[in-house]
Amino acid sequence: MSSPASAVHGDGAAPTFYLVDEHDHAEGGSTMFGFWIYLMSDCLIFAVLFATYGVLGSNYAAGPSPKDLFDLPLVALNTSMLLFSSITYGFAMLTMDKGRIAATQGWLAVTGLFGLAFLGIELYEFAHMIHEGATPQRSAFLSSFFTLVGTHGLHVTVGLVWLVTLMIQVKRYGLIQANKRRLMCLSLFWHFLDVIWIGVFTFVYLMGMLR
Amino acid sequence: MFDNPDLLKAVFGRLTLESFPYHEPILVGTFAMVALGGLALVGLLTYYRLWGYLWREWFTSIDHKRIGIMYMILGIVMLLRGFADAIMMRLQQAMAFGGSEGYLPAHHYDQVFTAHGVIMIFFVAMPLVTGLMNFVVPLQIGARDVSFPFLNNFSFWMTTAGAILVMMSLFVGEFAKTGWLAYPPLSNIGYSPDVGVDYYIWALQIAGIGTLLSGVNLVATIVKMRAPGMTMMKLPVFTWTALCTNVLIVAAFPVLTAVLALLSLDRYVGTNFFTNDFGGNPMMYVNLIWIWGHPEVYILILPAFGIFSEVTSTFSGKRLFGYTSMVYATVVITILAYLVWLHHFFTMGSGASVNSFFGITTMIISIPTGAKIFNWLFTMYRGRIRFELPMMWTIAFMLTFVIGGMTGVLLAVPPADFVLHNSLFLVAHFHNVIIGGVLFGLFAGISYWFPKAFGFKLDPFWGKMSFWFWVIGFYFAFMPLYVLGLMGVTRRLRVFNDPSLQIWFVIAAFGAVLIAVGILSFLIQIYVSIRNREKLADLTGDPWDGRTLEWSTSSPPPAYNFAFTPVVHDLDAWHDMKRRGYTRPLEGFKAIHMPSNTGTGIILAVLSIIFGFAMIWYIWWLAAASFIALLAVTIGHTFNYKRDFHIPAEDVVRTEGERTALLAGVAR
Repeated sequence: MSSPASAVHGDGAAPTFYLVDEHDHAEGGSTMFGFWIYLMSDCLIFAVLFATYGVLGSNYAAGPSPKDLFDLPLVALNTSMLLFSSITYGFAMLTMDKGRIAATQGWLAVTGLFGLAFLGIELYEFAHMIHEGATPQRSAFLSSFFTLVGTHGLHVTVGLVWLVTLMIQVKRYGLIQANKRRLMCLSLFWHFLDVIWIGVFTFVYLMGMLR
Repeated sequence: MFDNPDLLKAVFGRLTLESFPYHEPILVGTFAMVALGGLALVGLLTYYRLWGYLWREWFTSIDHKRIGIMYMILGIVMLLRGFADAIMMRLQQAMAFGGSEGYLPAHHYDQVFTAHGVIMIFFVAMPLVTGLMNFVVPLQIGARDVSFPFLNNFSFWMTTAGAILVMMSLFVGEFAKTGWLAYPPLSNIGYSPDVGVDYYIWALQIAGIGTLLSGVNLVATIVKMRAPGMTMMKLPVFTWTALCTNVLIVAAFPVLTAVLALLSLDRYVGTNFFTNDFGGNPMMYVNLIWIWGHPEVYILILPAFGIFSEVTSTFSGKRLFGYTSMVYATVVITILAYLVWLHHFFTMGSGASVNSFFGITTMIISIPTGAKIFNWLFTMYRGRIRFELPMMWTIAFMLTFVIGGMTGVLLAVPPADFVLHNSLFLVAHFHNVIIGGVLFGLFAGISYWFPKAFGFKLDPFWGKMSFWFWVIGFYFAFMPLYVLGLMGVTRRLRVFNDPSLQIWFVIAAFGAVLIAVGILSFLIQIYVSIRNREKLADLTGDPWDGRTLEWSTSSPPPAYNFAFTPVVHDLDAWHDMKRRGYTRPLEGFKAIHMPSNTGTGIILAVLSIIFGFAMIWYIWWLAAASFIALLAVTIGHTFNYKRDFHIPAEDVVRTEGERTALLAGVAR
């Protein structure tokens, strides 16, 4: 077993069997990849909720249907809030790349405000529906509607908490590598919620009005 | 204060003195045993002053090897609980004939069969599989740890938290009486108003977070952290199966999370997802839970296939026959895992076309699986086979699993399934594949990698005792169930009228007793091996003449696994290194960058137990408080930026020097 390394083998010179000169791996080298995988698993939770809405979405149980409840102009306004927040997050990332802390924080704050506006409008919509008797308990359609849209809203809420945390961390520690990586992750998360919302908007609201 | 029911309710929710089953002698006896055992354990740990050591070196450890070992211990402890349930059921069914009610009242028996299934799948098979993957995968790919070491520790503790909640249900309240998948409408609030289903939901949700994160972690590890030169088609087969299993985990567990969340909404908020009225659809639950449930069985079996591949090739002294076809078979099974879920409920009435589709996809799975069996056989063909314990388990698997596979194909025929659905034939089938496949694989893996983890082999005599009692016990316990199933006996029955059936149940109970001896022998094997560790010691780090990288380092491996990152040129990298005259480096060691330990994982898990308990018992203030605490600890943890350290070069020099001395002693 301990014959010299250069003894025998098919392809000529002794191969290297280990790295002599190794540099530290960049910290968090697989974070972006890992976060992508996590997002895909989150996507599956939404897939289940979409499927449930697809199956139960027309079970009104003699209760209200989408046409009775949905207010498309309000939903359009809401959608624009979320889309704008995605654009402003993009600006935050651009300024982060240039290392401009104040500008980054500014754009993050704007993003947060758009997110808050989105949540506010959604809560108003929910409150309005519940006030009219269209509660989640009323029918399977409403159960699946509130759960799908509410889960998205819950994700936006988590995103907001995360956003505030990151703003504090950027303020305290600056745009160090770790913080940049975290902002990138939140960026993925935020845009992902946008994509989900496009699905909700189309599948629940627009197609609901066609039913 | 005690005569104010509203106040009591605000403080304790639905938890009252009546929730403690002090009037059930079986449970009181069990509790006394568990309490005494627990006290003895705590006493011993305190007496030998081991708490600090355990906390610093194990509980807060983010070393993938230690986390892997802790997963294995969790799985073995829970195996004892799950098996206790099994033998209670066997005893009940063997007794309850000729007007006898047996010894278990219905509400207790129903909890026992539910807990048995839940525990065996979620808290025995899953931790054992995850534990082996955790321990072996980074070593096999030449990495120093997993991609996210802290998440790994957190995942382990969340799994443990789920197990603790299930165990709590034994003594505080009760467990679900619904069967292991908690089908509505039975599991809905109207038919199961008590805490059993809530224990089920929260235990699985909390453990599920751990499983999902560990899946993400291992996928990232295998994709991103392979040693230089190790292309995908040079991955050891076990790592390939681990990759596919973790892809399945990431793609299946969110479905379980979502469907259990919907069930909780039905139970807590009064929504109508799975109710019988207001447009709810219980079959939606059954579909969704099996979209998770079917991949779940492949999550368990694929790593076992990987273990058998490593074992067959090592103990036949040959490269695995048909490596490429093995990889493709694994990938095909991974994909097909998603296309068969409806075969669990052909009787739903979805029509001939739908049933045919799912029947055919199910039967197709036997093709890649059959290819694997042939690959193992051809690996053994003209090999120099050593009949060590891991190889014995592998051969027992090949014989047993083929029977289970064939009854599976039989059940995949929809008309046959209409007759056999929910019968003991089905029960025999899935025990046939889970015990004969997963469990035999795990035992093969445990005896194969044990010397790597601890530096000494397992005692062969008690290992063989365990092997023969398990294998023979399995056939005695489950072959009668095939017969009973064909005669039309359905599952989960508590009493029987037809006295001609009793003999089969008695034989099955006898088999369960043999398995009990097998489990006992396994425990004795571990005890005897620890006692004789000097005699069983392996100083080379390569006791089986292994072929993959984990055998190139010492046993147990140092915290950093490899002093220098290995470079891979061929499949079976370590075999290649030995063949081409690799010499172990003796100098030039450098400081090694490693992640540091943290207690955050265990703190979060404890808070999760409190949160789950509060939700189960409707103690809303405690639920809110523990949720806020969870959030605060999580966010607080992100403010810790110093998560790594360097093992100084002197330490590496010293550790490697000790190994050089050991190896020199072996050579002499």
